[in-house]
Amino acid sequence: MNVLMPQLGETVAEGKITKWFKSVGDVVQAGDLLFEIETDKTSMEVPAVEDGTLTDIHLQVGAVAPVGAVVAMISANGVSGTATAGSAASPSGAKTANKDPNLEAALSGYGAMPTEGPQAPSRGSLVAPSPTQGALDPFFEVRTPARNYGPARLSGGTLITPLARRLADEKGVDLGALTGSGGRGRIVAADVMAAASSAAVHRGQLVPAESKSNIVALYQDVEFEEVPLSGMRSTIARRLVDAKQTIPHFYLSADIRVDALLELRKQANDAALRTGEPAYKLSVNDLIIKGLGAALQRVPAANAVWAGDRILRFKRSDIGVAVSVDDGLFTPVIRDVDRKSPSHISFEMKELAARARAKKLLPAQYTGGVSAISNLGMYGTRQFTAIINPPHSSILAVGAVERRPTEGPHGRPVFASMMSVTLSCDHRVIDGALGARLLETLRAVLEDPIAMVV
Amino acid sequence: MAELSYRDAVIRGISQEMERDQDVVFLGEDVAKAGGVFKATVGLYDKFGPLRVRDTPISEQAILGAAMGAAMTGLKPIAEIMFSDFIAVCFDYIANEFPKSRYMTNGQTKCPLVVRTGNGAGSRFGAQHSQSVENWCMMIPGLKVVAPSSPRDVIGLLAASVRDPDPVIFLEHKSLYSIKGEVPDGEIVDTLGTAKILRPGKDATILALAMMVPRALASAEKLATEHGIECEVIDVRSLVPLDTQTILGSVARTNRLFTVEENPRLCGWGAEIVSIVADEAFYDLDGPPVRITTPHCPLPASDLLEDAMLPNVDRIVDRIRRTMGA
Repeated sequence: MNVLMPQLGETVAEGKITKWFKSVGDVVQAGDLLFEIETDKTSMEVPAVEDGTLTDIHLQVGAVAPVGAVVAMISANGVSGTATAGSAASPSGAKTANKDPNLEAALSGYGAMPTEGPQAPSRGSLVAPSPTQGALDPFFEVRTPARNYGPARLSGGTLITPLARRLADEKGVDLGALTGSGGRGRIVAADVMAAASSAAVHRGQLVPAESKSNIVALYQDVEFEEVPLSGMRSTIARRLVDAKQTIPHFYLSADIRVDALLELRKQANDAALRTGEPAYKLSVNDLIIKGLGAALQRVPAANAVWAGDRILRFKRSDIGVAVSVDDGLFTPVIRDVDRKSPSHISFEMKELAARARAKKLLPAQYTGGVSAISNLGMYGTRQFTAIINPPHSSILAVGAVERRPTEGPHGRPVFASMMSVTLSCDHRVIDGALGARLLETLRAVLEDPIAMVV
Repeated sequence: MAELSYRDAVIRGISQEMERDQDVVFLGEDVAKAGGVFKATVGLYDKFGPLRVRDTPISEQAILGAAMGAAMTGLKPIAEIMFSDFIAVCFDYIANEFPKSRYMTNGQTKCPLVVRTGNGAGSRFGAQHSQSVENWCMMIPGLKVVAPSSPRDVIGLLAASVRDPDPVIFLEHKSLYSIKGEVPDGEIVDTLGTAKILRPGKDATILALAMMVPRALASAEKLATEHGIECEVIDVRSLVPLDTQTILGSVARTNRLFTVEENPRLCGWGAEIVSIVADEAFYDLDGPPVRITTPHCPLPASDLLEDAMLPNVDRIVDRIRRTMGA
């Protein structure tokens, strides 16, 4: 059987082999660890799912291949199979040529002619692999595409052809913005391609493209070290360029007085200490997470995300928290913030942060969410703005807590603990007044925090 | 290179194989001394003699039974069923005996035979002598099914069928016997399970078989010159095995699929291919696959009515043009 690059979450398209635990010729049992992969989001050890002998390793350490690619072969009898890493060689699922060997296997359900040469999933990662490639499988009929490219009908009633749906997904074209030129207003492939090429031209004007070699040439007289991009670095680069270019950001700032919040934290942590073995230790950030969850509950219109042709408004509030790691960052998501106590959130945050630093986050631990928090207060940063992490509709940038002079009773200056925050909003979901209401609610919650913990 | 008729190609194909292999024999009704009712076997009797070219009684069951016995005992018979409609008379051999013997004996017996038969309409033979029965044959596991559209393919695919170790139904089209085409000199051997792209095109794929192939080509020409639609025309040639590689590859390039089928609409060969394409190439499709077929109706003997029933160039062009929105 073929060992395939596993799917690690909806948005993960490829993985990089970082380690092999077994060598060719090794006998493996189901459950034995085979290899380790690093995706743009996580790293993971992949076990064998069947007993047998490892007869071929197609992807060596360092190789990157799409989800579904053949990584290795495990043979029950130790004989090398016929399958090759065809999909790894052509990972793009590109247009199939007339004699594309990738389509060869499709014959077998229809009185296959005997064929020599490679057999592989017919559309790279799009296609469910056959369980027994190379051997005759009388129950093997066809390779159904393993994924769906969205609905055939938009909420407004516009129809989209299957090819147009696939192309729109591949090229990141927003179908909701298109007018169909096909029969009955159907969106066809040509409409998507036209939109994609005009978008490309548009982008080209905005960003004067410096090619890789041009940039290197600029610094040819300067000593430098080339740092190859990790999967995570590439993903951060791609996603944030995408986020900043496609999400209409606007920013709202506020100063929040946190004396009461700090006092609450101190009382809670002191109480935990009195129990002997402290059961929890709240951080300011834990309380801000809770506070944002509470604020989103009170402003339900902001507890929503943009979904292309509609807005998804949630009942619960899941909040991502940026966690800095050695060469990048992760944003694990705490679910049901509105229904969890600060100590519960605190526990979960510690667990997720530890997993993030060990790069062991599971896809379910970093996907989804409605908003996020990025806190640079511990570095003394006073105020900053953050880029929204799609698909979220907002992100809260939290600065350091400082003692600042404020106007006290009778116009006399008094010092108070102040914290500046900036909320970045996706204008497609959150208009200015709505964002201001969310921020004002957050300020009220954090300045009078007792309400959110009872 | 010589110009040869489809009819003479049958004679040359059988001759080529009988000369090559002493075990190849040929039998059928009126095929020997009379040279066949369609004159597609003229001269074989004189050339190979009464032992290897035999006239049989008017009994399709006897013809196929004898052919099967000969095949099981080491010969490689070519049997003719005059009209493919008569396959129904000897369907037990076609459905239950030929394709099952190797399987049921665990390979101890083989059935390397070819059933040649005159298939299709266009010759005003009426409802019982005009049917296109490729879909009857296609549905039986264990059979191979071939239907050539040109003299060259007649020879090449007939040779491949005779040399194949399993039973092959070889559907000659009655209304193509008189067409002519260039045929190279020397031995011609083709490959079963291969379709042929006869005309490249970027806008749509047209699949056709046998007599529908020249009509598809004429339609493609008209669509190109009059409507600017460039169609890729593929002669499917072999229904089992089916060359899904060529078909899916073409659909991946053109993103549109049309089938032109002479068999009646229900369960026609194109239905199976559309099903495969829907399964495997769904996200390559930029419009619905469309089948252009004979209606699900017995065929009339009247020339005007028969012509109206079969897919013709006007209907093919009209359907494709409207579907493509041109």
